[in-house]
Amino acid sequence: VSGLEQLYQQIIMDHSKHPHGVGLTAGDETSHQRNPVCGDEVTLALRWDAADGTIADVAWEGSGCSISQASASLLATLAEESAEEGQPWTPEELTALVGEFREALRSRGAITLDEERFGDAAALSGVSKYVARVKCAMLAWVAAEDLLARRSASGA
Amino acid sequence: VSAAPLTRAEIDRLRAQFPILSREVNGHPLVYLDSAATAQKPSVVIEAESAFSATSNAAVHRGAHTLAGEATELYEDARGTVARFLAVDDAEVVFTSHATEALNLVAYALGTASLGRSHPGRGAGSSADAARFALAEGDEIVVTELEHHANLIPWQELAARTGATLRHIPVLDHGGLDLDAAAQIISERTRVLALSHVSNVTGALTPLDVLVPLARAVGALIVLDACQSAPHLPLKPRELDVDIAVFSAHKLYGPTGIGVLWGRAEILNALPPFLYGGSMITTVTMERAEYLPAPQRFEPGTPRLAQAVGLAAAIRFVEAVGMDRIAATEHVLAARLLAGLARIPGVRVLGAENPAARIALASIVVDDVHAHDAGQVLDDRGIAARVGHHCAQPLHRRFGITASLRLSAGIHTTEDELELAIDAVAGIRPFFGFDGGAGA
Repeated sequence: VSGLEQLYQQIIMDHSKHPHGVGLTAGDETSHQRNPVCGDEVTLALRWDAADGTIADVAWEGSGCSISQASASLLATLAEESAEEGQPWTPEELTALVGEFREALRSRGAITLDEERFGDAAALSGVSKYVARVKCAMLAWVAAEDLLARRSASGA
Repeated sequence: VSAAPLTRAEIDRLRAQFPILSREVNGHPLVYLDSAATAQKPSVVIEAESAFSATSNAAVHRGAHTLAGEATELYEDARGTVARFLAVDDAEVVFTSHATEALNLVAYALGTASLGRSHPGRGAGSSADAARFALAEGDEIVVTELEHHANLIPWQELAARTGATLRHIPVLDHGGLDLDAAAQIISERTRVLALSHVSNVTGALTPLDVLVPLARAVGALIVLDACQSAPHLPLKPRELDVDIAVFSAHKLYGPTGIGVLWGRAEILNALPPFLYGGSMITTVTMERAEYLPAPQRFEPGTPRLAQAVGLAAAIRFVEAVGMDRIAATEHVLAARLLAGLARIPGVRVLGAENPAARIALASIVVDDVHAHDAGQVLDDRGIAARVGHHCAQPLHRRFGITASLRLSAGIHTTEDELELAIDAVAGIRPFFGFDGGAGA
């Protein structure tokens, strides 16, 4: 398998062509992230369960390269799967996931994302060998982190 | 174009002088098609910089010791080499950090002139001289829609600071400038026309023969961004009848960190300085200063010495090949590149329908595939191409896109390399699972 095929795994190709979780509504509090180098954009919302303060849903909209768009789609899918399994993320859990994701992507290939924890999003591990593309893959996750920080700052 | 293109044997001999071309990228020989962003350096440039640092490094224009004298001589020889290259006078050549700084220098100096500041100097630069450049409400600065951000934003800021209005000559659907509109936009109110010689996105030459006379007729200051022309064709700013021209050394096979500002002596000596400090003054008291004429008035601080020496080596390198022969070769490569790309279904070349002459540069859009992904496929084959907006967001917006993939040739580019790149581009849509044969 060539480096290019490791980067563009079928899961990433599928998610970039048929993204999940797309669609924001007027009431969403969003974080807008841009990669000025190539024009990638992701606007993302975390939808909170009012009862227990967990994350019920991740929704987003965006445009840009397949890595940035697939990464947002994979984050939304992972959130959906966690909620469906009756284990929706707490803010602390998502904060930890974003941290692990960043560490792996910045590892230049040294750390592979754990499929148990990251599901299909583990396919993004290949990005870590492509330093110029790490920012693309991080966009949605940085947006989530931004929203978590805002919520934490607001004392919720 | 009357000169003969370089033969393959000649190009191979040139290639042997670029050490970087012997390296591999991702298991393939490097195919460097990003010269428009930054060009590679031949050994003579690398060695000239290194030799200066090893044998002649010293502060110039001061000190009586031998090294200081040698360094000054080499630095001023570099200025003379640039002047000869442009067919202008030595005193009209100002070294800056890059072309971006050169354009900012001009815009900022015009802004200072607009404040009515007096900048007394030896024989020139009085407030009366500077006053002719003062801008105010009602005055207009004209640029084009295809400018690099470096030749747009300084003028936006100048307009904002002075109350002048920034206008632009629009780009037509085929990627060329709307010359009918230009004839309306350039008017008695136009005080500055700033435009590129060659677009860094389409590679097309700007019709200066049409636009410069329009600006000349109304007495506007004509500023030429020659970054993309200086490496590719003979650049004689006086023949082009412009007032100021700028380019960067690193796109001309020279070092980073140095750019050139050429201006007519009577203009440079009337413009207020941009940066203030040592090396640019005659007399300084605790209250005020008097300034040297150009070029020194625009070169405060310790200048870029090794870089200037490296730039001179780069100019001698291209002059030995001949700018007319380089232009003739580019003409052949440009035709090959455009024809090859035109055959690929689902690939669009920005500005391909513009009949203007062009350098060997093409920016493409691959249907359904983002430029960043497209560039990754080329990189996998060792082909270095630029992806993004190439610091020309307004032009990309005009084309209805946010990013493109740019292939740009250099003096060392062969037709075989272009074929490799064209093949790789043809493989982009199939790699991402899109039909490579349908077309758009």
